[in-house]
Amino acid sequence: MKIKFKSNTFLIAVSAVILGLVAGAILMASIGSNPFEGFYYLFRGGLMNVERIGNTIATAITLMLVGLSVAFAFKTGLFNIGAAGQMLVGGLCATLVAHYVFLPRPLYLIVIIAAALLGGGLWGVIPGLLKAKFNVHEVVATIMMNWIAYWSIYYFVPAYLKGPSLETESKSIAISQSLRSPWLTEIFGGGYINLGIFVAILAIILIKFILDKTTLGFELKAVGSNRFCAEYAGVKVNRNVIISMMIAGGLAGLAGMTYYTGYSRNIQIGVMPSMGFDGIAVALLGASSPIGVFFSALFFGMLQSGKGFMNAMTEVPPEIADTIIATIIYFTATSVLFKKFWDSVGKRIRTKRKDRADKAVAQEGKDNG
Amino acid sequence: MADAKLSFMENYRKQSRNFRSPLWISVYVLAAVVVLGFMSGSHLIRMIFPYAIAYTIPMLMTALGGLYSERSGVTNLGLEGLMLVGYFATAITIKYTEQTSYAIALPLGLLVGVLAGALFSMLHAFASINLKADQVISGTAINMLASALTVYLARTIAGSGNVRIMLGIVRKDIPLLSKIPIVGPLLFTQTYWSTWVALAVWGASWYLLYKTSFGLRLRACGEHPSAVASAGVNVHRMRYFGVAMSGALAGLGGGTILITYSGEFNGTVAGLGFLSIAALIFGQWKPLGILGATFFFGTATTIANVSQVIPEFGVIPPVVFKVFPYVVTLLALVAFSKRSAAPKASGEPF
Repeated sequence: MKIKFKSNTFLIAVSAVILGLVAGAILMASIGSNPFEGFYYLFRGGLMNVERIGNTIATAITLMLVGLSVAFAFKTGLFNIGAAGQMLVGGLCATLVAHYVFLPRPLYLIVIIAAALLGGGLWGVIPGLLKAKFNVHEVVATIMMNWIAYWSIYYFVPAYLKGPSLETESKSIAISQSLRSPWLTEIFGGGYINLGIFVAILAIILIKFILDKTTLGFELKAVGSNRFCAEYAGVKVNRNVIISMMIAGGLAGLAGMTYYTGYSRNIQIGVMPSMGFDGIAVALLGASSPIGVFFSALFFGMLQSGKGFMNAMTEVPPEIADTIIATIIYFTATSVLFKKFWDSVGKRIRTKRKDRADKAVAQEGKDNG
Repeated sequence: MADAKLSFMENYRKQSRNFRSPLWISVYVLAAVVVLGFMSGSHLIRMIFPYAIAYTIPMLMTALGGLYSERSGVTNLGLEGLMLVGYFATAITIKYTEQTSYAIALPLGLLVGVLAGALFSMLHAFASINLKADQVISGTAINMLASALTVYLARTIAGSGNVRIMLGIVRKDIPLLSKIPIVGPLLFTQTYWSTWVALAVWGASWYLLYKTSFGLRLRACGEHPSAVASAGVNVHRMRYFGVAMSGALAGLGGGTILITYSGEFNGTVAGLGFLSIAALIFGQWKPLGILGATFFFGTATTIANVSQVIPEFGVIPPVVFKVFPYVVTLLALVAFSKRSAAPKASGEPF
């Protein structure tokens, strides 16, 4: 009997997380703090009561949608590094709706979601078109689009949505126009929790359905695994590239909505939303699968929402959370290291088993003979 | 006879095609800006020129670093992060030496910034050269790591996320040269010494990359690494050198921001690293090209920054100038999609 022991994505993800946490521990120790204490407060800050759990979920919502955006593009073999810009544009569209559109709640939610989808989708489809029509690399194109969004909002917000006090942020939207919901807030005893959680879960289910059960999903994945083969089989590669970037952009736009009209209630200018890049970590750690994205977003959400509490209780600066996330990305990129390691472990286990089996067979042979 | 004529025509066509490259387009636009400036009063040009140069130099250094890396075959999207590392290391060094040894604090700071950038870039080199990792992801990790780690260290070392320094470069007129009419006031008055260092580095890099056999080998590693390897060159070592140079020069760029116009480390270089990548692309991966592109982008940034205070520029909204570099880079990519000048093996592990 052959027992397969292959390094799988789960083992690689866990190794990357552990190494990220170890790197965090070393950093904490290097400034004279106790790493165990640091991690205790970090996790406690994310989970110690319902309100904090609510905040962890609220942080995870945005990460989930960005992660889903990056993961979806990955499936088509595209690297969407422009989620930050798509978030900004989607968030701006949602903020505009929140300021100027007054409708009954269910209708209003549909309009704001559509606006965010459109904004993000537009920002995503441009690199998609450039890739399909002119073979412009999507990484470069999305980076350029990020900064076009950044500077456009930098000048748009003070000109048209100027806040009463601060120059650096837009005026706040009314709480009744935000994604926060009284009953949800009550369950979690306040905090940032908002209706975005349902948007995120729905998006995850929908994307999973598209990828696994539809022709479109099959074609997208075919383009991702081998675009020449897909082309030979009659799949319209360019069309799929455009659709993929559009959907990825739309998802990031939704993430912008949950962040700027749910988690916070205004847009800050001069800040590139770091979640746009954390989403890459979420997608990588979740192995680009919708379910994986769900769990890895919760994990990163916990790190992000617990860092403030940890900073209050210890000497460790809150940037430790971002450092851990960045380290995890680095180790996922270099996952070939763990692959080799786990493969060699697997090999050793296999050979040991084989040795034992051979010995047993030999023994049996001796006994019989 | 007919042949000669034909080859002349071909040459002519080649040249005329060259004149439509982004570099030349930028030169035309620049010339137009200069002419326009003189028409609307040369004081305008004289006013923005020093700022334009101050913004150009950090980008020039970083883009030049990117050139080394990409020419050797490693895509480096971590330039923003490497710049930030240099920015931070320079700030910390100067902060702790400016009281005791202020004569050497600035050059020492820059040197530490260069070394820190080179050291940090080794993470990227190891991932992309030895482990054959996805270079885009590794570069992104470098950016994220740099922005988290530098602020983390600033908080623990200096007690705050912002590190302010007292010293800065004193601007000086170059004797004799500053007396030349028109060019003198523009180029040789009120200059930072770091600008001349940067230009020297640029010139030396051009010589190294295009006039020596070492440079030829380095560039060949980015085009056809297996051919270079079969000629007995250690491709990995060449690529390590390329990445290390990108780290060092991005570090220099970051340090230059600090000691020229910023004076304070504040945890971000506000996209200058990405702007440098844009300049590298817009300059078509050539030293002269990136010189033109970075100056072009530096001028656009300056005009955007001063347009509120100078009424002549107020007619055009500043957002146009800020967005401009990214849009023209996208347009350049579209225009040259048929015959990209990018190193062919850039981004591919060997």
